[in-house]
Amino acid sequence: MLRIPLLRAGEPYFSLNVETLRDVRTGEPVAELSLAGAGMIARDLRRMAEIRRRLDAVPVRELLAICGRAARLFAGETLPLGEGEQTPEAYLAQLAATSGMPIAMGRANMAKIVHNLENMEAILGGLTRGLDLRVLDRGYGEQDGRRLSYLRQADSLGAVLPNNSPGVHALWLPAIPLKTPLVLKPGTMEPWTPYRIAQAFYAAGLPRGAISLYPADHAGATEVLLRTGRAMFFGDARTVESWRGSGKVQLHGPGWSKVLLFDRRAEGWRDHLELMVGSIAKNGGRSCINASGIWTTGHGDAIAEAVAERLAAIEPRPLDDPRAELCAFPDPAVARAISAMIDDQLQIPGAEDVTARRRGAARRRRLVEVDGCTFLRPTVVRCHDPGHPLAASEFVFPFAAVVEVASADELLERIGPTLVATALTDDDETRYKILTCPRIDRLNLGTIPTYQISWDQPHEGNLFDHLYQQRAFQIAAA
Amino acid sequence: MSDVLAESGLEAKVAAARARLDEHVRRIVAWHFDPRTGCPFWLEKAEEFDFDPRRDVRGFDDLKLFPHFEDEWLRGGPVRRWVPKAFADRPIYVFETGGSTGIPKSRINVRDFEIDYEQLADQLSDATFPRGSDWLMLGPTGPRRLRLAIEHLAQYRGGIAFHVDLDPRWVTKLVKAQRWQELEAYKEHTIDQGLKILRAHESIRCIFTTPKLLEALCDKVSLPRLGITGIFCGGTEMNAEFHRFAREELVPGIDFLPVYGNTLMGLAPSKPFDEKSRDYTITYYPPSPRAVFEIVDPDDLDRVVGYGETGRVLLTTLTEEFFMPRFAERDEGERAAPIEPYPWDGVSNLRLFSRFKKSVAVGVY
Repeated sequence: MLRIPLLRAGEPYFSLNVETLRDVRTGEPVAELSLAGAGMIARDLRRMAEIRRRLDAVPVRELLAICGRAARLFAGETLPLGEGEQTPEAYLAQLAATSGMPIAMGRANMAKIVHNLENMEAILGGLTRGLDLRVLDRGYGEQDGRRLSYLRQADSLGAVLPNNSPGVHALWLPAIPLKTPLVLKPGTMEPWTPYRIAQAFYAAGLPRGAISLYPADHAGATEVLLRTGRAMFFGDARTVESWRGSGKVQLHGPGWSKVLLFDRRAEGWRDHLELMVGSIAKNGGRSCINASGIWTTGHGDAIAEAVAERLAAIEPRPLDDPRAELCAFPDPAVARAISAMIDDQLQIPGAEDVTARRRGAARRRRLVEVDGCTFLRPTVVRCHDPGHPLAASEFVFPFAAVVEVASADELLERIGPTLVATALTDDDETRYKILTCPRIDRLNLGTIPTYQISWDQPHEGNLFDHLYQQRAFQIAAA
Repeated sequence: MSDVLAESGLEAKVAAARARLDEHVRRIVAWHFDPRTGCPFWLEKAEEFDFDPRRDVRGFDDLKLFPHFEDEWLRGGPVRRWVPKAFADRPIYVFETGGSTGIPKSRINVRDFEIDYEQLADQLSDATFPRGSDWLMLGPTGPRRLRLAIEHLAQYRGGIAFHVDLDPRWVTKLVKAQRWQELEAYKEHTIDQGLKILRAHESIRCIFTTPKLLEALCDKVSLPRLGITGIFCGGTEMNAEFHRFAREELVPGIDFLPVYGNTLMGLAPSKPFDEKSRDYTITYYPPSPRAVFEIVDPDDLDRVVGYGETGRVLLTTLTEEFFMPRFAERDEGERAAPIEPYPWDGVSNLRLFSRFKKSVAVGVY
C-alpha cells in the first residue's frame, strides 16, 4: 500500500503510528498516513532557528523564482510521493478518493495554487503594501526616502490545516518568499496538497528544511500552535475560540460569508441571481468564502424561491464526472448529523426549507447516495426571524439562509461575524455604513461574488504583518 | 499455536502457569466467599448467585459463573464493604482511579500495591536501575496508587523517591475546556519542579514518568547527561511509535521500560525489548496469577479472540485484598502469545477501546 511519510524538516520519516486513508466510495484503503507524536514535533522545532538562518541566506528574488518553478512542477510534473511517485492526475484522483472533492473541482483548486505561486511577487506587493523586498534580505533599507526595518516575529510559521478544499493552501504559500520555514499539520483526509506543494518546492530548489509536514492528532496540532512563533489555525468555531486572544495564532474559523442587498438592489434582485447562486454553490459550497447567508432589505420570499429553484437543480454526480458540482462527505455520519441538525432547527418557528418543495417528490430528501458517495443536496432556508439559529449557520455544502430585515441599519447590526460580504447598494450613506461595519472582514462592494478572492489582500489578518513587525531603525553613517 | 509453544519449549511452562492459576483461583474465591475472611460486598452479592462460588469454581474458566465486574460498584461508599474481614484490623489505603471527573472509583489496599511493585522490582536490572540509587517520581500523585507504589519500589530497592505534585483531574478539565495555554503552563510548572530536583540530587538515577512528561523533560535537558540510567514509563497510553521515539531520540542509551499500571489490576510489565529485531510493539503481560488479561470479542465477551487478533481487554484481579472477575476495560489491543518470562497471554498495542474514542480524554498528562 502507498505509504505517506512525515516530512521532518523535509526528510521523509515513516512512523509506526499510521492512519489508513480510505476511498469515500468503496471504503478501500488508499494510503497509510504516518502520524507524528507531539513530542517529536516539539523536538524537531528546536532546529527551526537554524533552518530559518539557512532560508534567510536565500535572497527573496531567488525565492520568488523558486515559487515560479514550483508552480510549473506542482501543475504538471511527476513528483515524489512516499516511496513512489505521483502524477498530477494521480494527485487529483487521490484527493477525490479521500476528501470527496470531484476531480474537476480539484483541478480548479489546483489552478488557484498555481496562480498564487506564479504571481507571488504581486501577492507580496499587496501584503507588504509595496515594500521593496530587498529590505527583507538585508534586514533594513530605504524606500521613498524613508528608512525601513522589519523585525521577524517567528522562526517558523505553523499551520493547522483543514480538509475542506485545497485552494485554502494558497494562504500559507507567501511564508516561503517571506523567509519563514513552514511547519504544516495537514488534515488527515487531505495530506495530498500540502505534500505535493512541498515536493514541488524541494524540486524547485528550496532548502528542504523550509517545509515540514506532520500529520498528527489534536495533541500534535496543539504542539504546532504552541511551539511555532507564529501560526495559522483552521478549525470550527469552538476549537478556534480557545486560541482567541493569542496574538501568535491567526484564526481561520467559519466564514459566515454573505451577500447583502440593500434598497434598490434588493428591488432588482433578479439581476444578482447568478451572483447569489454562485456565491453559495461554487466549489461545492465547501469554503469559508462561500455565502451561507443572503441578507436583504426586501423581497426575501422571492429571492429565496428563485435561489432555491436554481440550487435544487444541482444534482449529485460521481466524483469523476466533469459536471460534478457537489462534494461527497468522507464520513457519511457527518452528512447525516448535519442534515438532522438542520431538520431539528427547522422545528424552531421562523424558518422553512424552501428547497425541499423545489426538489420534487422523487428528490425530496436532502441526504442522498450516488456512486457509493454520500451527498447533501443544496439547501436554502428562508428565515423570517433574523435571530433564528439557521440564519447564523454554515455547513460544508451549499447551504444558505435568506433573511429579510426592515432597514440597512438593522441588517448591518444583525448580520453577525462575516468573513466576506458582497454588498450591493447604490446609496452613499449605506455604503459608508457598510465600510464602517465592524462585523465585516473582507468587503466586496458591487457585483463581485463572495468566492472571488483577490489574493494580494489580507485574509483574516495579513500574513506579512503576522510574520514581521516594523520597527524604528537608525544607522550611523559609516 | 501449540506447535509454536512446543517448538519454543514453552508448552510445559504455559501448562504449569495455567495449573498455578487454576489453583490460585480456587484459593482466592474460597477466601473472598468465606464469611470469616471475605468482604461484605461479595458475601452479600453471593446471596444473588444461583451457584456456590466455593463449591463450583474449580478453575479460571469457572469465573464465567460470575457476572462481569462493574466498576460502577466502586463509586461511592461505604468503602469498607470492600475490606476483607481478614484485614479488618489492618491499616487501609484507598486509591482512586485515573483522571476522570464525577464520583471517583475507589479500591482499597492493604499491601497489594507493595506486592505488585516488589514483583516488578525484582525483575529490574541492577545495572540500569542500580540498587540504592534514588528516584524521581514525575507522574500523577494525590489519591492515586502510583504515588505510593513508586515510593515503595524505590525503597524496596534501597533508594528514596522524590516527588512532584501532579493532579491529572485538573489536566483533564483543561483538555476538555480546550484551555491549551493553561495546560502548557501547568506542564511547565510540573517540569520545572522536576528539573530542580534532578539538578539538586545527583543520587537520582531512575525516573518514573508519563510519556508526555518524558517528552517535556527531554525538551529541557539531556537525561543521560544528568546521569539517569533507567526510566520506568507509564500512566497513560503509549504506542509503538512513542517507544521507538523514546529509544532512538529522546533517551538513547537509557533503559526504557514501558509499564501498564492499573489501580484495579496491578502492574503489567512489557515484553523485553529485543535489540536485534528492534520490534517496538509494546506487549504487556499481567502479573499472573494475581491478574489475568483476556482479549475478547467486544460483542461476545465470552469469546477469546485468536492470537494477533484485536479484542477488548477483560481484566481479572485475584488477590486476597480484591476480587474482580472479568471486568470489561475501556481498552483494546491484540492478543499476544505467552513468552518465556511470562508464559501466559498478554496484550499488544494497548489503546483506548475504539468505540469509546470520541468520549474520553486520555493520555493527556
